[in-house]
Amino acid sequence: MELKAGSRWRSAVCDTEVVVVRAPSGSASLECGGQPMIAHDAERPDGATLDDAFAGGTQMGKRFADPESGIEVLATKGGAGSLSLDGQLLALKDAKPLPSSD
Amino acid sequence: MNISMLLEMVADTIGGQVAVGTLTYAQLFERATAGSKLVGDRLIAIDINSEAVPIGLFSAALAGVPYVPVNYRLSDEQLRAVVERAAPGTAVVDPDVVARLENIDGLQVFDRPSFLDTVAAGADRSDAPSDPDAIAVLLFTSGTTGTPKAAVLRHRHLTSYVLGSVDFLGSSPDDAALVSVPPYHIAGLAAVLSSVYSGRRIVYLPQFTPEAWVEVARREAITHAMVVPTMLGRILDHLEASGEGLPALRHLSYGGGRMPVSVIERALTLLPGAGFVNAYGLTETSSTIAILTPDDHREAIASDDPKVRARLGSVGQPLPTVELEIRDGEIWVRGEQVSGEYLGIGTSVRDDGWFPTNDGGRVDEGGYLFVDGRLDDVIVRGGENLSPGEIEDVLVQHPAVTEAAVLGMPDDEWGEVPIAFVVAHDAVTELELQSWVRDRLRSSRVPVRITFLDELPYSETGKLLRRVLRTKSES
Repeated sequence: MELKAGSRWRSAVCDTEVVVVRAPSGSASLECGGQPMIAHDAERPDGATLDDAFAGGTQMGKRFADPESGIEVLATKGGAGSLSLDGQLLALKDAKPLPSSD
Repeated sequence: MNISMLLEMVADTIGGQVAVGTLTYAQLFERATAGSKLVGDRLIAIDINSEAVPIGLFSAALAGVPYVPVNYRLSDEQLRAVVERAAPGTAVVDPDVVARLENIDGLQVFDRPSFLDTVAAGADRSDAPSDPDAIAVLLFTSGTTGTPKAAVLRHRHLTSYVLGSVDFLGSSPDDAALVSVPPYHIAGLAAVLSSVYSGRRIVYLPQFTPEAWVEVARREAITHAMVVPTMLGRILDHLEASGEGLPALRHLSYGGGRMPVSVIERALTLLPGAGFVNAYGLTETSSTIAILTPDDHREAIASDDPKVRARLGSVGQPLPTVELEIRDGEIWVRGEQVSGEYLGIGTSVRDDGWFPTNDGGRVDEGGYLFVDGRLDDVIVRGGENLSPGEIEDVLVQHPAVTEAAVLGMPDDEWGEVPIAFVVAHDAVTELELQSWVRDRLRSSRVPVRITFLDELPYSETGKLLRRVLRTKSES
């Protein structure tokens, strides 16, 4: 899968959707609920199920990153599956809330 | 990612909540989708603030074309020159502007009411274009030379700024932001993006007067607002005269120019319920890059330590997502929100990502940034660099002085010498002010001439117009 910055993906097994904010350095597989994510406009494959090892859930509006590959994604919809890259869970990117300047 | 996704996420979650005026987030997204089917190569907005601004901004984003807000106060000649450069495209304009745009090639003109009527029908959703490198906004800046340049802000710059500084739906349902900076100012656009992503209702003030600002702030129970320095001074004057308070206001940010410390001290007294934020940023950096937080303000005002107290005159510390360095007295920054690019000119961002701001500054031992102003404004007197801001700060500390502006005047002996323009509300002489400065700064910083004026010239967004004063000093 080509994880270009700006590309949108959805989970094959739950409601989670993401947009790639920063592309990974090499080729990689982005997964949700333990299953490869599918293009935003693609049909969901039959028979894919949520893997219990990747069922922690994804919260909308949160960013997830993997420092090694450099990938960063934003969850644009939440769901029951957790995000992973090549089988490794993506870490939640902590953001310190800032007072509004606008 | 595309900035329209920020709105899409909010519309999918709290679609029924009011976004701007009486429009909900779902309606705003539907109208922007409809607008995206109308626009040509660019969406040129020549208008005062209204819900047509966020609709237009997101319409352009959904169509994958730049949003180009233009100052309707430009002269007819300047306006045509800018629009001819921005065309071809679709213009959404105040009804009074229509006649000023006749016979421009490739320009389709909607007046605001007809645009709003047309988009009210809504349209079916389609995916936003995905290219993060596409241009989201072109902002024309007049600069000092008079030839307008267009700053280029791409989707990745603006989304980086928002994702790095705003919590998704971080606002409470009662929060409301009063936006009075114009749409052709970066702060006006940043206010749309930040407010939408945090789920904060926007209330627009079409044109600023202190009376109208206070009236709307009270009526709409405004909790958040951003003002430029001249606005804040006039708002405080009005509050003092009328005795009114702003009980709902919790958060007031200011920026866009140098704020006299005396005004901040008055504001802290008159608006005890509000947290203050001083924001520093440039058009080329997608708005804010450093902030002085409410806690910083409280700590500074309560401190006996002159160094901590002085931080009231600083712009605070860089955002966690922005790196900042001082090189030879100039502020350099690096971060994903930094564009530094002008259309047809290219970017000033170096290969390693660092961008020279052309602002002079220094950082104190606690990491607080003090901005001295544009490097072009630095006065070079006999090889010594003088910061106009340092001298202005001392002048306005004089009890008779309301405002002060310092600039360099050519001098045969020294190359340049400082001169000052002062607005005083009590009797004071040039000699008294010169000795006031001499007692507090080195003698090289004493203005050789001080001219008293009834008011200083400011742009409507609060920038001191030094070039107007320069012309005055030459005549």
